[in-house]
Amino acid sequence: MGAVSVKAEALMQRLAGLARPSELAAPREAAMARLAGMGLPSKRDEYWQYTDPAALNATVALPAALAVDDDAALFGALDAVRLVFVDGVFDAAASDDLALAGVTISRLANAPDGHWAETAYGALEALGQTPIARPWATLNTAYATDGLLIHVTGKAQKPLSITYLRRDQLTDAILHHVIKLDAGAELTLLEQGPAAARLNHVIEVDLGTSARFHHIRAQGRDMGRRAVTHIFAHLAGEALFKSFTLTADGALTRNEAVITFAGPNAKAHIAGAAMGDGAFHHDDTVFITHAAERCESRQVFKKVLKHGAVGVFQGKILVKKGAQKTDGYQISQALLLDDGSQFLAKPELEIYADDVKCSHGSTSGAIDDTALFYLRSRGVPLRAAQSLLILAFLADTIAEIEDEAIAEDIRAGLETWLARHES
Amino acid sequence: MLEIKNLHVKLEEEDKQILKGVTLSIGAGEVHAIMGPNGSGKSTLSYVLSGRDGYTVTDGSATLDGADLLEMDPELRAAQGLFLAFQYPVEIPGVGNMTFLRTALNAQRKTRGEPEISAGDFLKLVREKAKNLKIDAEMLKRPVNVGFSGGEKKRNEILQMAMLEPKMCILDETDSGLDVDAMKLVSEGVNALRSAGRSFLVITHYQRLLDHIKPDVVHIMAAGRIIKTGGPELALEVENNGYADLLAEVK
Repeated sequence: MGAVSVKAEALMQRLAGLARPSELAAPREAAMARLAGMGLPSKRDEYWQYTDPAALNATVALPAALAVDDDAALFGALDAVRLVFVDGVFDAAASDDLALAGVTISRLANAPDGHWAETAYGALEALGQTPIARPWATLNTAYATDGLLIHVTGKAQKPLSITYLRRDQLTDAILHHVIKLDAGAELTLLEQGPAAARLNHVIEVDLGTSARFHHIRAQGRDMGRRAVTHIFAHLAGEALFKSFTLTADGALTRNEAVITFAGPNAKAHIAGAAMGDGAFHHDDTVFITHAAERCESRQVFKKVLKHGAVGVFQGKILVKKGAQKTDGYQISQALLLDDGSQFLAKPELEIYADDVKCSHGSTSGAIDDTALFYLRSRGVPLRAAQSLLILAFLADTIAEIEDEAIAEDIRAGLETWLARHES
Repeated sequence: MLEIKNLHVKLEEEDKQILKGVTLSIGAGEVHAIMGPNGSGKSTLSYVLSGRDGYTVTDGSATLDGADLLEMDPELRAAQGLFLAFQYPVEIPGVGNMTFLRTALNAQRKTRGEPEISAGDFLKLVREKAKNLKIDAEMLKRPVNVGFSGGEKKRNEILQMAMLEPKMCILDETDSGLDVDAMKLVSEGVNALRSAGRSFLVITHYQRLLDHIKPDVVHIMAAGRIIKTGGPELALEVENNGYADLLAEVK
C-alpha cells in the first residue's frame, strides 16, 4: 500500500461517524477539500516520527478514566470572565455572561450566517499548512462542534478564563476558537481542564498592529487522556504574543504552535512546562516564521520525566529573506528522573537573511546531586529538596508568564503535582 | 558536643581508605581547628559528618550530643544542629536565596516539631543578619550563589549559619578564595556566633584564618589520622615550619 493511500485510509477511518456541523459552512467546505488531499499522518511521516498518531486516527476514542482527586481549580482567585465547557460543549448556565467591554464573544455552535468569523475561521489554519501539512488542524476546522469566536476591539478589562470539564470517560471533542485582536487591542486567555478523553483543539489568533495577547493554559492531568492541539498566531507589526502551557499527565499530548511574523518589531514568546510520570507521551512541535524585520521569537520548553515518560520537542525557526535583525532563541531541556525516561529533541534553524541573531540549545540530564546534597545539608528533606530543584528547573518557563498572580497559581499547580508523584 | 571515635572511612566507588582512625572530641562552646596538608582527609571528614553520599564508614563512630550522626540522613543531622559551611558553595539556578533560606529554616523547625516562622518575622530576621555580613537586598533576591563572587559565596554561607543557628558548625576551608577584607568580614560573622552552647570545627590550610577566629584547640591531620593536638601555638608552628617536621615526628 502506498503512502498516500495509507493516509487516505487513516482519514476515512477517523471520519467514520463524524458529522460536519452546518455553521460557517464555507470555510468548512474549503477545509474538507484541503483535508481530502492530505489524509491523516501515520508514524511514517517525518513530522510524526517521534509521536505515534494511531490513537488519534482511531474511529472511536479510547476511554480515559476520570481523575479521582478533585484539585482546586486554577486561577480561582482571579477576577475573570468564566466560561465553562462540559465534555466539549459550551455550558451557558455554568458560565458568566458573555459581556465584556471591548470584547464580543459568540459561540461557534450557533454562529449565524454572515458572522464576522466567516472569513477568519480556518484562515490562519490554512496559511499554517505550508510548508508543512497539519491535517489534524484542518480536520478540526471542518468538524469542530463548538468553540468561541472572540473579537477584541479594545483593551479587555478582565481575562477570559475557560474551564474544560470532563464527565464522560469517552468524550471525543473537537473545539475551535477564533480570536481576532484589532490594532492596539489586548486580551488574556486562560484555559484549564482535560476537556475530553480525546481532544482536538485549535486556536487561531490574529493580532493587529500593536495588539497584545497573553495565553496561559493548564492541560488537564487525567492520566489516560489524549490531545492534539494547534495554536496558529499571526502577528502584525509591534504586536506581542505570549503563550505558556503547563502539561501534567496525559497519555498523549501533541501541542503544535505555528507562529508567523507578518509585520516588523513584533514579539512572540512560547513556553511549555511538562511533567509526566509513567504512561506519558508529550510532544511540543513549534514552527516560527520570521517574514518581517526586527522581530523577536523565544521558545522555552522544559519537561520533567519519570518512570518511562517520553518527551518530544520539534522546534523550527524559519527566517525568510529580508527578515533582517531577527532575534530568534530556542531552548528545550528535559530533566530525566530515572533511566527509563526519554527525551527526543529536533531543533532546526533555516535562515535566508544575513543579519540575524538565532540560537538554540537542547539538554537532558538528571537532578544535580551536589545541589541536592547542599539543600539537604541545610535541613531540607530529600523529597522537598527534589521538588525545589524540579521547580527551579521549570522556572524559566514560568518566568514567561507576566502576571505574577497567574504565575503563582501555576507554581502551586506544579507543587500539587509533585507532591502527588513523589515516589 | 561532637564525639568522633576511631573513624575509618573509604570511598564507596574505589577501595581507597581516606580516614584511618580519627578520634576527636569537641566540647560545648569550643573552637577546634584542623590543619593538614592536601589529601590528608580534612574535607572528607566534613563530608562524612554532614552525610554526603559516596563514602563508606568501615569502623568507628560519630555522635552529636550522644545521637549517632552516621545513622541520620543529612537533613536530620542539620535539624539536630550540625552545619557545614562548604568549601565550594553550590550554585542553584532558579531557587531564590530568600526562598532557600526560608525553606531550610522552616524545614528544620518542622523536623524539630517547632512552628514555622512567619513571613514577616523571617524578613526581619534575614535583613538584620544580612546587614551584619554586608549582604544587600539584591544578593538576597538572586538565585542561590549564582553569579556570586568567591567572597559573596562565603558570606552567604555564614548568613545561612546565622539564620539556622546550629550548635555544631564545621567550616571547610572557608578562607579559600577570600581576600584580606573578605576574610575579616567572614571571621567577624563567625565570631559573632560564638557562644557557650555553640562549637566550631574550623578546617584550614593556613594559620591566618586562625588569627581572626581564635581556636581553643588545634589538630594536625595527615594521611587520614590526627597526628598531633595542641593549643593555638601549634598553628603558628605549622605556619613557620610547614608540615614536614610534624610528619617526620610521627614516622
